[in-house]
Amino acid sequence: MTKKILIVDDEPNIIISLEFLMKKEGFSVAVAGDGEEALAKVASFAPDLILLDVMMPKKSGFEVCEALRADPSNAGLLIVMLTAKGRDTEVAKGLAIGADAYVTKPFSTKELVARVKTMLGVG
Amino acid sequence: MKAKHRFIVAVIVLGLLMTGPFVVTSLLVWLDMKDAERTLLTNLLMSRLPVGTMMTLFGFVLGVLVLHKLFKQYVEGLLRMAETLRLMLGANRNFRVTIEGPPEVQQLAQAANDLAQQRDALMDDVDAQIATAKASVEEEKNRLAALMSELAQAVVVCNLDGRILLYNNRARLQFKALSQGPTSVAGGALIGLGRSIFSILEKSQVEHAEEVIRQRLAAGKTAISNFITTTRGGQLLRAQMVPVLAASGEEGDATMSGYVLTVENITRSIEQEARRDQVLHSLTEGSRSTIGNIRAAVANLIDYPDMEPELRERFVKVVDDEAAKMSQSLDLTMGEFSDSMKTRWPLEDVLGIDIIAAAQRRIDDKLKLPTKTEELDDALWIKADSYSLVFALVCLASKLQDHYEPRELRFRLTSTGRLAYLDLIWAGPAMSSETFYTWEMETMQIGSETSPLTLRDVIDRHGGEIWYEREKAAHRAFFRFVLPVAVPEIEHDQEERSRGKGRPEYYDFDLFKFEDKNIDLDRKLSDLTYTVFDTETTGLEPSNGDEIIQIGAARIVNNRLLRQETFDQIVDPECPLKPESIPIHGITEDMVRGQPNIDVVLPAFHSFCEDTVLIAHNAAFDMRFLQLKEERTGIRFTQPVLDTLLLSAVIHPNQESHKLDVILERLGISIGTRHNALQDALATGEVFLKQVKLLEEMGIVTVRQALEAAEKTYFARVKY
Repeated sequence: MTKKILIVDDEPNIIISLEFLMKKEGFSVAVAGDGEEALAKVASFAPDLILLDVMMPKKSGFEVCEALRADPSNAGLLIVMLTAKGRDTEVAKGLAIGADAYVTKPFSTKELVARVKTMLGVG
Repeated sequence: MKAKHRFIVAVIVLGLLMTGPFVVTSLLVWLDMKDAERTLLTNLLMSRLPVGTMMTLFGFVLGVLVLHKLFKQYVEGLLRMAETLRLMLGANRNFRVTIEGPPEVQQLAQAANDLAQQRDALMDDVDAQIATAKASVEEEKNRLAALMSELAQAVVVCNLDGRILLYNNRARLQFKALSQGPTSVAGGALIGLGRSIFSILEKSQVEHAEEVIRQRLAAGKTAISNFITTTRGGQLLRAQMVPVLAASGEEGDATMSGYVLTVENITRSIEQEARRDQVLHSLTEGSRSTIGNIRAAVANLIDYPDMEPELRERFVKVVDDEAAKMSQSLDLTMGEFSDSMKTRWPLEDVLGIDIIAAAQRRIDDKLKLPTKTEELDDALWIKADSYSLVFALVCLASKLQDHYEPRELRFRLTSTGRLAYLDLIWAGPAMSSETFYTWEMETMQIGSETSPLTLRDVIDRHGGEIWYEREKAAHRAFFRFVLPVAVPEIEHDQEERSRGKGRPEYYDFDLFKFEDKNIDLDRKLSDLTYTVFDTETTGLEPSNGDEIIQIGAARIVNNRLLRQETFDQIVDPECPLKPESIPIHGITEDMVRGQPNIDVVLPAFHSFCEDTVLIAHNAAFDMRFLQLKEERTGIRFTQPVLDTLLLSAVIHPNQESHKLDVILERLGISIGTRHNALQDALATGEVFLKQVKLLEEMGIVTVRQALEAAEKTYFARVKY
């Protein structure tokens, strides 16, 4: 069965790359442009993994992550936080509120793909 | 028994001795005789009685005379000598016993005189030693005070109660700059000898620092403690505390008797730091997502070379977009934060003309090249590393001399806004920009002296620029150094020079022994802290609408009048001045206009007086004015008040006048100007200090005694 990935970011310039990449890797991909849309998409699309940007309008990635983790039905959902905030303290916060991985921009696409695959147990 | 009585007794005893044995013998013989013998004897004696009596009387008189002579010489002579000795002991050291009387008394007198001589020699010796010791202590104190006052850091020394024993000028200026009051006055209220440091620094933080030092002392570590505190005005202060250790005999057993605080206002540097942080942040964190976007797009382009051209186009566009965004944000950041991006080489604020003067001296000295100055802005401060800047100037001069042999060099200093222009001008042929470029990049050299820096380095260090420019019309050219203009943080204080004479009283080490300082009426007059004050008013009737127009005050701490810690404020009475009163106080409408009103000045004055006994001449008058404002301002002066007029009446009850002028003359105090509130307050202070001594002689020692004595005088009954 194809694994589903939800990409959440407010910048189209990164979404285009991530979407292309993940599709090439054979995942089924959905996209959300802000935190609220992300929560809606999680409900409708039911992704296996979510690539979540931290700095977004309306709801930040941290808030989205906390909201998702507060709902037990999402227990199996993997959350990878993508962020331009690279300080140790922020990494620690992301992991503490329930992210499964924390990737700092700029990142290597190869490594990201490899990581996503490992997490989803494919490839 | 008095000497006179003793003489009478002695005379009686003499009489008894001369007559007694004869009378007693006669009586015994008489009792033993028969009647016939008695008759015979009576007849025999009666006929010769006058002769016998005469002889006895003669002998008695002789005896009395001898006795009197002896008495005069030995008893009275010795008594007189005793008096003289007392005099020598007390009032007049130089007095000597007159050598007279019998040899024994003379010897005694001589011995006493010799003893006195020896004592005088010893006393003179001790006095001389005390004087020398005092002088050297005083000299050390002066040296320390001078040292402190020149320090660029703000230094405050306190005892364990937080009372200020010493502060330097820098501290005064710094805390003055911090004060939030409307006038110069509030700053004066904050810092002062004997005042509490806790009005400036947070008490709990100071105590914590003290505790840290104690622990470090106990652990044998370097006793030093740092803390950062905020003032009421929101300024950030960094304070460093080191202990003052009481001199103790044994080593390693030192106890803390006070502390030295060095205080630095770091508000500005923290602000700069914050701006630098911001820049750093916007350049690092801010670039992350842009680079991330580019990197992902590029990776896709590389990893999937066979993607559709349409998609490829989109990825290339992403890279183009993001790169443009990045350059734009870089431009923006540099524009906005260029000031904070300047190198962190420590630059000092120097007067531009000082740099030029230094360069001129060195050019004359090293190159023997005459220099002149043109337009010079002599008030222009620049931020510079003066050593490297002067080196650069002289190095350029030296290169000019080698290549173009100018007859003289000229300097010019001008400014536009935040930039200072320092020009080095010479007359001669044009130079190529390539030459100047090589000069800029060569390491600097003046004769045999070299510097590791290039001219460019020096310019960069200053965050400045340099260029070569020709003044064609004048057939000359110049190098223009563009340097940042400095805004001196603290302006120099003029007033202090004019006030008082000699060295300012910024220290009082006797305060180390000062205990709790609440006003205790049973403490000695000479121990308390006072505020002497005077007011000038629109007229003499406070209850009829007359208002205060000036308050002047000074502090007396440890029996010294502190001429530096004064309060001097003109007050806007918010009513027209009476023309007839203007010649008296010399304050005109122009002077009161724009000054703070009493609602503003009274709180400042109140905090100036905190914890002190008030002193005024004819205090009832001034106090009445203050009391009438209680309701309006909510400020109450509850401390004890001493009145120099009443105290004068206590000391000289038989004098007719107790006007300030008359008292000044009576006590031998000469004062310059009068009828200015501050001058009058200072005069009152001088009077009070003299009065304390005179009162002490009368047995009036404590404040309570002084208050009671003052209350009993006639003048105290006159009420306003």
